[in-house]
Amino acid sequence: MSSIKERQEEVVEEFSMFEDWMDKYEYLISLGKELPLIEESKKVEENIIKGCQSRVWLDAQLQDGKIYFTADSDAIITKGIIALMIRVLSESSPKDIAETDLHFVDEIGLKEHLSPTRSNGLVSMIKKMKTYGIAFQAKA
Amino acid sequence: MSQAVRQKFNVEEIRKDFPILSRKVNGKPLVYFDNGATSQKPDVVADAISLYYKHENSNIHRGVHTLSQEATTAYEQVREKMQQYLSAEHKEEIIFTKGTTDGINLIASSFGKHHLKEGDEVIISAMEHHSNIVPWQMICEEKGATLKVIPINDQGEIDLEAYKGLLSSRTKMVSIVHISNTLGTINPVKEMTALAQEKGAVVLIDGAQSVPHKPINVQEIGAEFYVFSMHKLFGPTGVGVLYGKKEWLDALPPYQGGGDMIKTVTFERTTYNELPHKFEAGTPNIAGGIATGAALDYLNQLDWEGIQLHEQSLLDYGTEKLKQIEGLRIIGEAAQKASVISFVVDGIHAYDLGVIMDKMGVAVRTGHHCTQPLMNRFGILGTARASFAFYNTKEEIDQFMEALHRAIKMLK
Repeated sequence: MSSIKERQEEVVEEFSMFEDWMDKYEYLISLGKELPLIEESKKVEENIIKGCQSRVWLDAQLQDGKIYFTADSDAIITKGIIALMIRVLSESSPKDIAETDLHFVDEIGLKEHLSPTRSNGLVSMIKKMKTYGIAFQAKA
Repeated sequence: MSQAVRQKFNVEEIRKDFPILSRKVNGKPLVYFDNGATSQKPDVVADAISLYYKHENSNIHRGVHTLSQEATTAYEQVREKMQQYLSAEHKEEIIFTKGTTDGINLIASSFGKHHLKEGDEVIISAMEHHSNIVPWQMICEEKGATLKVIPINDQGEIDLEAYKGLLSSRTKMVSIVHISNTLGTINPVKEMTALAQEKGAVVLIDGAQSVPHKPINVQEIGAEFYVFSMHKLFGPTGVGVLYGKKEWLDALPPYQGGGDMIKTVTFERTTYNELPHKFEAGTPNIAGGIATGAALDYLNQLDWEGIQLHEQSLLDYGTEKLKQIEGLRIIGEAAQKASVISFVVDGIHAYDLGVIMDKMGVAVRTGHHCTQPLMNRFGILGTARASFAFYNTKEEIDQFMEALHRAIKMLK
């Protein structure tokens, strides 16, 4: 299993192939459509991250010392970015998740989606993913 | 001071006054359809701010030196200009605030303190912005008063019969929006004001979205209070206006304490200044005030009849084009409507539409527009909203439609 660092580099390389924004967003949209949905039973109030614009649901399970994330959003572009986050962070150790520096979003030119003015729930989602990392370190 | 009315409304000429309209966004010509959030500013407004800080800056109402006197005179002249622009009876009926929200909070607090008690009722409508809901909820809770909500129909129009049914001797305040920021509905505020006043209630009108579409005559509407923000009226941010009938403003207690609003202060007792200063504690946004004057000069020389015809044609053209899209639903189809179009597209989140359209240079607003109860009324989470100002064009609507078609194709 590759490290968070390697997976970030993979994503950056993948995105470097896109020549214009259309290709990039079409890819994001397709990722959003492919993202395995979170179980309906996990789409509960305590798992919801409310943005002003879109909503995000996030669930985390600890298995064999690794965190497995599932998530969903009602907006497809937000969901596409979530798919990238999960690809990079899921199945890693709580410590790695808590300590990681997520630089890939910036490098693939999607930084604007993490701006607080977007209030799409993504910034809070990353914080929550890291909080799970910290919380699960005690259990791992 | 007043300039001649520009010969006839000509959108291409008008656009030259707004330099931002010729910039590009993401490599495409900017199409700015988020005027409901804030309007763009003509050159003269930006220039007035710059000139003020470079040549005139000084605090007002408190200096004997030349600069302070000049700044005070300039600032107070703007109050007179505003009085004339709104056709108010007295210049001290114009209170400068930070904006619409500030004005509503001022009235909710000052009126509520003295005139609301347990069992009293405040009436608002189902299409209010959060800023005309929350201040009333707060003061009603404090005073044990009840907040009543006028329902609306599926077109997004106020149910006048239901309104009449809600009015009673318990009604102390009716606070309603003139034009809905989300739906574009123009409410019959003159008629609603008269109905409230027959029952002895006082009326506040939230004019944030109405002032950009035509000059308002506050005496004709007849409400005790009328509030709006300059930044939606082609003026600076951080300046708002609270118009209030003199007898009401005189009777209400001050909102905030501080400098400028006092006559004498001792540790035992303070006497308050006269209107309008009683409600203007602290150093105001002087540069904003001066720029407000520049905005009013600009507005005064516009051909408003021509503007209204132009905005109506934009609304008709945009509505017709949008209705051709399969699966698109317009939210807000009132018979009396300003140039605002909110819509939802089946199976597509408004956020996604907004993101893709931005990539094509088109600025629209997405989300609940600070009207969550209204969204609940329509059973939706949010809409995309195109709101037009007089400087927008049909060609821009064409670019907007092209971006929308592309976005729908990508997102479906």
